[in-house]
Amino acid sequence: MVIEAFVNHGEATVVVKKENVLVFAQGLKKDPALDFDMLIDLFGVDYLHWEDKADRFEVVYHLYSSRANHRLFIKVSVPESDAAVDTVTGVWPAADWYEREVWDMFGIVFRGHPNLKRILMYEEFRGHPLRKDYAYNQRQPLIGPRN
Amino acid sequence: MGKVAEPSLEKFSLLTTTLNDAIGWARKYSIFQYPFVTACCGMEYMSTACAHYDVDRFGAGFPRFSPRQSDVLFVVGTISHKMAPVLKKIYDQMCDPKWVVAFGVCTCTGGFYDNYATVMGIDTIIPVDVYIPGCPPRPENVLDGLMKLQDKIQAQKQEI
Repeated sequence: MVIEAFVNHGEATVVVKKENVLVFAQGLKKDPALDFDMLIDLFGVDYLHWEDKADRFEVVYHLYSSRANHRLFIKVSVPESDAAVDTVTGVWPAADWYEREVWDMFGIVFRGHPNLKRILMYEEFRGHPLRKDYAYNQRQPLIGPRN
Repeated sequence: MGKVAEPSLEKFSLLTTTLNDAIGWARKYSIFQYPFVTACCGMEYMSTACAHYDVDRFGAGFPRFSPRQSDVLFVVGTISHKMAPVLKKIYDQMCDPKWVVAFGVCTCTGGFYDNYATVMGIDTIIPVDVYIPGCPPRPENVLDGLMKLQDKIQAQKQEI
Protein backbone atom coordinates (compact mmCIF):
# COMPACT_ATOMS: atom_id res chain seq x y z
CA MET A 1 0.00 0.00 0.00
CA VAL A 2 2.72 2.48 0.98
CA ILE A 3 5.45 2.91 -1.61
CA GLU A 4 7.65 5.31 0.24
CA ALA A 5 7.68 7.32 3.51
CA PHE A 6 10.07 10.15 4.36
CA VAL A 7 10.41 13.42 6.22
CA ASN A 8 10.97 16.44 4.04
CA HIS A 9 11.58 19.87 5.65
CA GLY A 10 10.17 18.49 8.87
CA GLU A 11 6.96 17.32 7.24
CA ALA A 12 6.07 13.63 7.27
CA THR A 13 5.22 12.48 3.75
CA VAL A 14 3.80 9.16 2.59
CA VAL A 15 3.63 8.06 -1.02
CA VAL A 16 0.67 5.74 -1.55
CA LYS A 17 -0.48 3.62 -4.47
CA LYS A 18 -3.36 5.14 -6.39
CA GLU A 19 -5.65 2.13 -5.86
CA ASN A 20 -5.27 2.24 -2.08
CA VAL A 21 -5.80 5.92 -1.36
CA LEU A 22 -9.41 5.62 -0.18
CA VAL A 23 -8.71 2.70 2.22
CA PHE A 24 -5.61 4.48 3.46
CA ALA A 25 -7.56 7.71 4.08
CA GLN A 26 -10.29 5.87 6.00
CA GLY A 27 -7.66 4.23 8.18
CA LEU A 28 -5.94 7.53 8.93
CA LYS A 29 -9.20 9.03 10.07
CA LYS A 30 -10.48 6.09 12.11
CA ASP A 31 -7.27 5.06 13.88
CA PRO A 32 -7.44 6.73 17.34
CA ALA A 33 -3.66 7.10 17.49
CA LEU A 34 -3.54 8.96 14.15
CA ASP A 35 -6.94 10.68 14.27
CA PHE A 36 -6.58 12.83 11.14
CA ASP A 37 -9.89 14.68 11.34
CA MET A 38 -9.08 17.61 9.03
CA LEU A 39 -8.25 17.78 5.35
CA ILE A 40 -6.26 21.03 5.14
CA ASP A 41 -5.56 20.99 1.43
CA LEU A 42 -5.77 18.83 -1.66
CA PHE A 43 -4.08 19.78 -4.90
CA GLY A 44 -2.68 18.48 -8.15
CA VAL A 45 0.78 18.79 -9.66
CA ASP A 46 1.72 18.41 -13.31
CA TYR A 47 5.21 16.92 -13.74
CA LEU A 48 5.27 17.07 -17.54
CA HIS A 49 8.88 16.92 -18.85
CA TRP A 50 10.25 15.86 -15.45
CA GLU A 51 12.69 13.07 -16.16
CA ASP A 52 12.72 11.49 -12.70
CA LYS A 53 8.94 11.11 -12.52
CA ALA A 54 7.36 7.97 -13.94
CA ASP A 55 3.83 9.38 -13.99
CA ARG A 56 2.77 12.76 -15.21
CA PHE A 57 0.44 13.89 -12.41
CA GLU A 58 0.49 13.81 -8.65
CA VAL A 59 -2.32 14.45 -6.20
CA VAL A 60 -1.23 15.69 -2.78
CA TYR A 61 -3.34 15.53 0.39
CA HIS A 62 -2.44 17.61 3.42
CA LEU A 63 -3.93 16.24 6.64
CA TYR A 64 -4.06 17.57 10.17
CA SER A 65 -5.20 16.14 13.48
CA SER A 66 -6.77 18.85 15.58
CA ARG A 67 -6.66 16.73 18.74
CA ALA A 68 -3.18 15.20 18.43
CA ASN A 69 -1.74 18.28 16.63
CA HIS A 70 0.21 16.44 13.97
CA ARG A 71 0.29 16.69 10.20
CA LEU A 72 0.79 14.38 7.26
CA PHE A 73 1.27 14.74 3.53
CA ILE A 74 0.01 11.95 1.27
CA LYS A 75 1.20 11.86 -2.33
CA VAL A 76 -0.44 9.79 -5.03
CA SER A 77 1.14 9.34 -8.42
CA VAL A 78 -1.38 9.50 -11.30
CA PRO A 79 -0.52 8.47 -14.87
CA GLU A 80 -1.83 10.49 -17.79
CA SER A 81 -3.33 7.38 -19.43
CA ASP A 82 -5.58 6.75 -16.40
CA ALA A 83 -5.97 10.17 -14.78
CA ALA A 84 -8.49 9.12 -12.13
CA VAL A 85 -8.39 8.72 -8.34
CA ASP A 86 -11.04 7.58 -5.88
CA THR A 87 -12.75 10.48 -4.15
CA VAL A 88 -12.20 11.07 -0.42
CA THR A 89 -15.35 13.18 -0.01
CA GLY A 90 -16.83 10.32 1.99
CA VAL A 91 -14.00 10.59 4.51
CA TRP A 92 -13.54 14.36 4.62
CA PRO A 93 -16.45 16.38 3.15
CA ALA A 94 -14.01 19.28 2.69
CA ALA A 95 -12.53 17.40 -0.25
CA ASP A 96 -15.60 18.25 -2.36
CA TRP A 97 -14.49 21.64 -3.68
CA TYR A 98 -10.76 20.78 -3.66
CA GLU A 99 -11.38 17.81 -5.94
CA ARG A 100 -13.54 19.92 -8.22
CA GLU A 101 -10.68 22.42 -8.46
CA VAL A 102 -8.16 19.69 -9.32
CA TRP A 103 -10.56 18.39 -11.97
CA ASP A 104 -11.04 21.88 -13.36
CA MET A 105 -7.37 22.83 -13.46
CA PHE A 106 -5.67 19.48 -14.21
CA GLY A 107 -8.38 17.23 -15.61
CA ILE A 108 -7.92 14.51 -13.01
CA VAL A 109 -11.19 12.62 -12.44
CA PHE A 110 -12.27 11.73 -8.90
CA ARG A 111 -14.32 8.55 -9.09
CA GLY A 112 -17.44 8.59 -6.94
CA HIS A 113 -17.45 12.37 -6.43
CA PRO A 114 -21.06 13.55 -5.88
CA ASN A 115 -20.83 16.67 -8.09
CA LEU A 116 -17.69 16.66 -10.22
CA LYS A 117 -17.99 19.79 -12.37
CA ARG A 118 -15.83 22.85 -12.93
CA ILE A 119 -15.53 25.21 -9.98
CA LEU A 120 -13.32 28.12 -11.17
CA MET A 121 -13.90 28.12 -14.91
CA TYR A 122 -17.24 27.92 -16.74
CA GLU A 123 -18.73 24.80 -18.27
CA GLU A 124 -17.97 25.84 -21.88
CA PHE A 125 -14.25 26.20 -21.10
CA ARG A 126 -12.09 23.91 -23.26
CA GLY A 127 -9.14 22.17 -21.67
CA HIS A 128 -7.55 22.32 -18.22
CA PRO A 129 -5.52 25.50 -17.83
CA LEU A 130 -2.92 24.46 -15.24
CA ARG A 131 -1.69 21.56 -17.36
CA LYS A 132 1.80 22.43 -18.56
CA ASP A 133 0.83 21.80 -22.18
CA TYR A 134 -2.02 24.33 -22.05
CA ALA A 135 -0.61 27.32 -23.97
CA TYR A 136 -0.84 30.37 -21.70
CA ASN A 137 -2.12 32.57 -24.54
CA GLN A 138 -4.67 30.07 -25.85
CA ARG A 139 -8.05 31.63 -26.63
CA GLN A 140 -11.43 30.21 -25.65
CA PRO A 141 -14.30 29.88 -28.18
CA LEU A 142 -16.81 31.94 -26.17
CA ILE A 143 -14.45 34.90 -25.73
CA GLY A 144 -12.79 34.94 -29.13
CA PRO A 145 -9.41 36.10 -30.38
CA ARG A 146 -7.37 39.07 -29.31
CA ASN A 147 -8.05 42.13 -31.46
CA MET B 1 -22.17 75.64 -28.72
CA GLY B 2 -19.46 74.70 -31.19
CA LYS B 3 -20.23 76.59 -34.34
CA VAL B 4 -21.50 79.81 -32.80
CA ALA B 5 -19.05 82.67 -32.28
CA GLU B 6 -18.48 83.85 -28.72
CA PRO B 7 -21.52 86.07 -28.00
CA SER B 8 -21.20 89.30 -26.16
CA LEU B 9 -24.17 89.32 -23.83
CA GLU B 10 -24.32 93.13 -23.72
CA LYS B 11 -25.24 93.34 -27.40
CA PHE B 12 -27.22 90.14 -27.89
CA SER B 13 -29.92 88.55 -25.85
CA LEU B 14 -30.40 85.74 -28.36
CA LEU B 15 -28.21 83.14 -29.93
CA THR B 16 -28.91 80.59 -32.59
CA THR B 17 -27.80 77.02 -33.05
CA THR B 18 -28.97 73.81 -34.64
CA LEU B 19 -31.07 71.29 -32.79
CA ASN B 20 -28.30 68.72 -33.26
CA ASP B 21 -25.72 70.96 -31.56
CA ALA B 22 -28.07 71.89 -28.74
CA ILE B 23 -28.86 68.26 -27.92
CA GLY B 24 -25.18 67.36 -28.15
CA TRP B 25 -24.34 70.20 -25.75
CA ALA B 26 -27.00 69.01 -23.31
CA ARG B 27 -25.92 65.39 -23.53
CA LYS B 28 -22.20 65.94 -23.10
CA TYR B 29 -22.68 68.01 -19.93
CA SER B 30 -25.15 65.66 -18.25
CA ILE B 31 -23.38 62.32 -18.35
CA PHE B 32 -24.94 59.84 -15.95
CA GLN B 33 -22.25 57.21 -15.56
CA TYR B 34 -22.43 53.59 -14.53
CA PRO B 35 -19.15 52.63 -12.83
CA PHE B 36 -18.50 48.93 -13.51
CA VAL B 37 -15.61 48.67 -11.06
CA THR B 38 -13.89 45.29 -10.70
CA ALA B 39 -10.28 45.93 -9.73
CA CYS B 40 -7.51 48.29 -8.63
CA CYS B 41 -8.37 50.96 -11.24
CA GLY B 42 -11.33 51.67 -8.96
CA MET B 43 -9.03 53.59 -6.61
CA GLU B 44 -8.09 55.94 -9.43
CA TYR B 45 -11.72 56.21 -10.42
CA MET B 46 -12.63 57.23 -6.85
CA SER B 47 -9.81 59.74 -6.82
CA THR B 48 -11.09 61.26 -10.05
CA ALA B 49 -14.66 61.34 -8.80
CA CYS B 50 -13.89 62.99 -5.45
CA ALA B 51 -13.32 66.64 -4.61
CA HIS B 52 -9.64 66.97 -5.51
CA TYR B 53 -10.07 66.25 -9.22
CA ASP B 54 -13.86 66.68 -9.17
CA VAL B 55 -15.38 64.99 -12.18
CA ASP B 56 -18.54 66.99 -11.50
CA ARG B 57 -16.90 69.97 -13.24
CA PHE B 58 -17.52 68.08 -16.48
CA GLY B 59 -21.12 67.28 -15.69
CA ALA B 60 -20.31 63.62 -15.06
CA GLY B 61 -20.45 63.62 -11.28
CA PHE B 62 -23.59 61.56 -10.88
CA PRO B 63 -22.97 57.81 -10.82
CA ARG B 64 -26.11 55.74 -11.21
CA PHE B 65 -26.11 52.21 -9.94
CA SER B 66 -28.76 51.09 -12.36
CA PRO B 67 -27.73 50.63 -16.00
CA ARG B 68 -31.24 51.66 -17.08
CA GLN B 69 -30.67 55.20 -15.82
CA SER B 70 -27.15 55.73 -17.14
CA ASP B 71 -25.57 57.04 -20.34
CA VAL B 72 -21.92 56.06 -20.09
CA LEU B 73 -20.60 52.69 -18.98
CA PHE B 74 -17.25 53.08 -17.25
CA VAL B 75 -15.58 49.66 -17.30
CA VAL B 76 -12.96 50.04 -14.59
CA GLY B 77 -10.67 47.06 -14.02
CA THR B 78 -9.86 43.59 -15.27
CA ILE B 79 -12.71 41.63 -16.84
CA SER B 80 -12.42 37.87 -16.40
CA HIS B 81 -14.14 35.28 -18.56
CA LYS B 82 -16.69 34.67 -15.83
CA MET B 83 -17.45 38.39 -15.54
CA ALA B 84 -17.85 38.79 -19.30
CA PRO B 85 -21.55 37.75 -19.53
CA VAL B 86 -22.40 40.11 -16.66
CA LEU B 87 -20.74 43.03 -18.47
CA LYS B 88 -22.60 42.19 -21.68
CA LYS B 89 -25.89 42.04 -19.82
CA ILE B 90 -25.25 45.41 -18.16
CA TYR B 91 -24.45 46.93 -21.55
CA ASP B 92 -27.58 45.47 -23.10
CA GLN B 93 -29.73 46.90 -20.29
CA MET B 94 -28.59 50.47 -20.93
CA CYS B 95 -30.92 52.70 -22.96
CA ASP B 96 -29.77 54.49 -26.10
CA PRO B 97 -27.94 56.78 -26.52
CA LYS B 98 -25.11 55.04 -24.67
CA TRP B 99 -21.34 55.16 -24.66
CA VAL B 100 -18.62 52.93 -23.22
CA VAL B 101 -15.31 53.98 -21.71
CA ALA B 102 -12.54 51.38 -21.29
CA PHE B 103 -10.75 52.57 -18.17
CA GLY B 104 -7.23 51.20 -17.69
CA VAL B 105 -5.08 48.95 -19.80
CA CYS B 106 -6.79 45.70 -18.69
CA THR B 107 -10.07 46.76 -20.25
CA CYS B 108 -8.30 48.13 -23.34
CA THR B 109 -6.20 45.07 -24.23
CA GLY B 110 -6.08 42.71 -21.27
CA GLY B 111 -2.86 44.37 -20.12
CA PHE B 112 -0.28 42.04 -18.66
CA TYR B 113 -2.90 39.37 -17.96
CA ASP B 114 -2.19 37.29 -21.04
CA ASN B 115 -3.70 34.13 -19.58
CA TYR B 116 -6.62 31.73 -19.58
CA ALA B 117 -8.89 33.68 -17.25
CA THR B 118 -8.84 37.27 -18.55
CA VAL B 119 -10.71 38.84 -21.44
CA MET B 120 -8.21 40.37 -23.87
CA GLY B 121 -9.90 43.76 -24.11
CA ILE B 122 -13.59 44.42 -23.54
CA ASP B 123 -13.96 45.35 -27.22
CA THR B 124 -14.10 41.60 -27.87
CA ILE B 125 -17.51 41.72 -26.11
CA ILE B 126 -19.01 45.23 -26.41
CA PRO B 127 -18.24 48.32 -28.54
CA VAL B 128 -15.95 50.89 -26.91
CA ASP B 129 -15.95 54.66 -27.55
CA VAL B 130 -12.95 55.88 -25.56
CA TYR B 131 -9.88 53.96 -24.40
CA ILE B 132 -8.03 55.35 -21.38
CA PRO B 133 -4.67 53.56 -21.06
CA GLY B 134 -2.56 53.36 -17.92
CA CYS B 135 -2.07 50.92 -15.08
CA PRO B 136 -3.91 52.57 -13.49
CA PRO B 137 -4.43 55.83 -15.44
CA ARG B 138 -3.76 59.05 -13.56
CA PRO B 139 -6.84 61.18 -12.84
CA GLU B 140 -5.61 63.79 -15.36
CA ASN B 141 -5.57 61.04 -17.96
CA VAL B 142 -9.13 60.04 -17.00
CA LEU B 143 -10.31 63.63 -17.32
CA ASP B 144 -8.60 63.85 -20.71
CA GLY B 145 -10.48 60.73 -21.79
CA LEU B 146 -13.73 62.17 -20.47
CA MET B 147 -13.21 65.38 -22.45
CA LYS B 148 -12.50 63.33 -25.58
CA LEU B 149 -15.78 61.51 -24.99
CA GLN B 150 -17.56 64.86 -24.63
CA ASP B 151 -16.08 65.98 -27.95
CA LYS B 152 -17.29 62.77 -29.51
CA ILE B 153 -20.80 63.20 -28.08
CA GLN B 154 -20.95 66.80 -29.31
CA ALA B 155 -19.76 65.93 -32.80
CA GLN B 156 -21.96 62.93 -33.49
CA LYS B 157 -25.41 62.88 -35.06
CA GLN B 158 -27.91 63.02 -32.21
CA GLU B 159 -30.52 60.30 -32.41
CA ILE B 160 -33.69 61.37 -30.66
